[in-house]
Amino acid sequence: MHRLVIAAAAALTVLGGTAFAQETIKIGYIDPLSGGGASVGEGGLKTFQYLADEINAKGGILGRKIEILPLDNKTNPQESLVQAQKAIDAGARYITQGNGSSVAAALSDFVTKNNTRNPGKEVLYFNYAAVDPSLTNEKCSFWHFRWDASSDIKMEALTSYMKDVPAIKKVYLINQDYSFGQSVRADARKMLGAKRPDIQIVGDELHPLLKITDFSPYIAKIKASGADSVVTGNWGQDIALLLKAAADAGLKVNWYTYYAGGAGGPTAIKQTGLDHQVFQITEGFANSGHQPAMDFEKTFRAKVNMSLWYPRAVNEMRMFKAAAEKANSLDPVKVAAALEDLKFEVLDGGEGLMRKDDHQFFQPIYISSFGKLAANEPFDEEGTGWGWHLVSKVDTSKTTVPTTCKMTRP
Amino acid sequence: MLELIVISTLNGLLFGMLLFLLSSGLTVIFSMMGVLNFAHASFYMLGAFFGFQLTKWIGFWPALLLAPLLVGAIGMAVERYGLRNTHKHGHVAELLLTFGLAFAIEEIVAMMWGRSPVDYRVPALLDFPAFTIFSTNYPAYKIFMLAVSILIFIVLLMVLKRTRVGLIVQAALTHPHMVGHLGHNVGRIFMLVFGVGSALAGIAGVIAGPALVTQSDMAAALGPILFVVIVFGGLGSLPGAFIASLVIGLVQTFAVALNGSLASAFGPLDPSMGPSVLTDIWNVTIAQVAPIVPYLLLVIILIVRPMGLMGTRET
Repeated sequence: MHRLVIAAAAALTVLGGTAFAQETIKIGYIDPLSGGGASVGEGGLKTFQYLADEINAKGGILGRKIEILPLDNKTNPQESLVQAQKAIDAGARYITQGNGSSVAAALSDFVTKNNTRNPGKEVLYFNYAAVDPSLTNEKCSFWHFRWDASSDIKMEALTSYMKDVPAIKKVYLINQDYSFGQSVRADARKMLGAKRPDIQIVGDELHPLLKITDFSPYIAKIKASGADSVVTGNWGQDIALLLKAAADAGLKVNWYTYYAGGAGGPTAIKQTGLDHQVFQITEGFANSGHQPAMDFEKTFRAKVNMSLWYPRAVNEMRMFKAAAEKANSLDPVKVAAALEDLKFEVLDGGEGLMRKDDHQFFQPIYISSFGKLAANEPFDEEGTGWGWHLVSKVDTSKTTVPTTCKMTRP
Repeated sequence: MLELIVISTLNGLLFGMLLFLLSSGLTVIFSMMGVLNFAHASFYMLGAFFGFQLTKWIGFWPALLLAPLLVGAIGMAVERYGLRNTHKHGHVAELLLTFGLAFAIEEIVAMMWGRSPVDYRVPALLDFPAFTIFSTNYPAYKIFMLAVSILIFIVLLMVLKRTRVGLIVQAALTHPHMVGHLGHNVGRIFMLVFGVGSALAGIAGVIAGPALVTQSDMAAALGPILFVVIVFGGLGSLPGAFIASLVIGLVQTFAVALNGSLASAFGPLDPSMGPSVLTDIWNVTIAQVAPIVPYLLLVIILIVRPMGLMGTRET
């Protein structure tokens, strides 16, 4: 009997000991790994795994290693909640997601409810790409942090650039039929109307999200409208296939996009032959000229074999580390408090700020165009020989937009 | 406007012919065996993935020949070792078998090629604009797709209507026992028909793969539309499936091209209604509801003419 107790105690110590040593910081990565969003979801996963490896190689955060848990949500809000619960059950106190504002709204709501019901077991939600403005306005939550510029910030910057291009006369809007696409279209109408009332909106299209496999009918419609420019917030296969159909039909317009740089986009643009006629708005890009970012891009490409679509993911993970070290704790409540009003030198240079009022990150924004590379631009995309070229930079101070968020703090 | 009509007609015809390639196999199988093959779109997907893989190994043209043969062989195996055994337990068992098979194929494809789209490109030989109409290019590959579909339609019709093989197949449809007594191997006829039906889906997959997206959920995305086509055309009727394919292809393409909404037809709602569900419905354009138009057609035809356009029996 006595011997048994000793053995059991010894076994427990060993088990407990190994469990303690292996205790990693688990981050649930909830994004599409199948279906129409899979191409971007898998790209995001590789990016986060690379970033985790990078931090782990330097000793992790407060001595603990990061582990990314890949969870496939099929771009479906309901499925995302199942996956979020799976992440929590697996011991994750942090989740990150980006593709789909409908998913983001569901997750933000889920995390908020979860944290009210389970004090002491709070979960933080890091959003790296869902840009519906409502997430940091009427639907804002203390537990949600967003590193990407919201859709209205991007549209503000994009329309400020378009305002000074006199050649733009007829604009066609085509967007995905869900919260984000609708906010892009509404913002574009409002802001273009205010800044360039002479511009005519000749088409305003909403199409089903990630379901269209052939955009030819839409391209025929754009062609018939006589538009000279198209504004779209499409992402994933919806931007790649849209550009591909345009290339096939030989549609010659200027494209003002949020995500033309995603998987398949650059290849299609090269095929259209639209040299520097496709624009993208991002928080950083390969040829930004900022040396640390370009060094990062080089090692990233060498190891992951894709270009860095998400400089914001770099900012997210590095700020997570900075905040945890500032709080000297990995307790989500303390990390959240440390993130508030945290200033941070972003990957592509310049200072960013995580605004306390709504948990929106403000950072410099770039408009770039895709085409033949200049001598000082080393990076092309998808082996096309073409790459992104700086067109305009908007400083952090000029990206600030007001918020209506009334945050409930714990 | 004329430009939009011409281009939309071309696009609609193309999509319609692709639907026909798929539904022809499905409808022939149904009329023979009385079983709705739920896995038919999965054979289409297999065709696309085999086409992709073989193109990488031996080039597009040999793949165009070989991939459908492979898919046909798989189809025959499914009939010989699966359906024939379940046949004695009735149609429900057969239906469930193909239903399960569809999921199994999807998972196997996802395991082998991953869940994201594969890089299946149009062959270089056909990667140029065939002609320019109203300053819009029409890709040669789409013309090729159209030509292949029409060719297969003609061959299929000829074989069924004009040859001895077609005669026996048609007889086996309605009087299997009589055909058996006349000394034909009905079991083998069924197997061959199932194989040919699957191979047709395979061809559709090989040629549609590069033009559309080749990924593991392509079967699930196209499957429901196929059932609309064969029910709309009349179960078991080949000409019916042909007409239904074209109608649905054209309707869906033209629906996208139209901007009309209830609001544009009857004027905006009273502003006092404010933003509500009602104003949402009022302002939805035809283009936005384009994806559900075929299903609406399905419901209407089932109410008005349950046997479909050219069907002969009410099932």
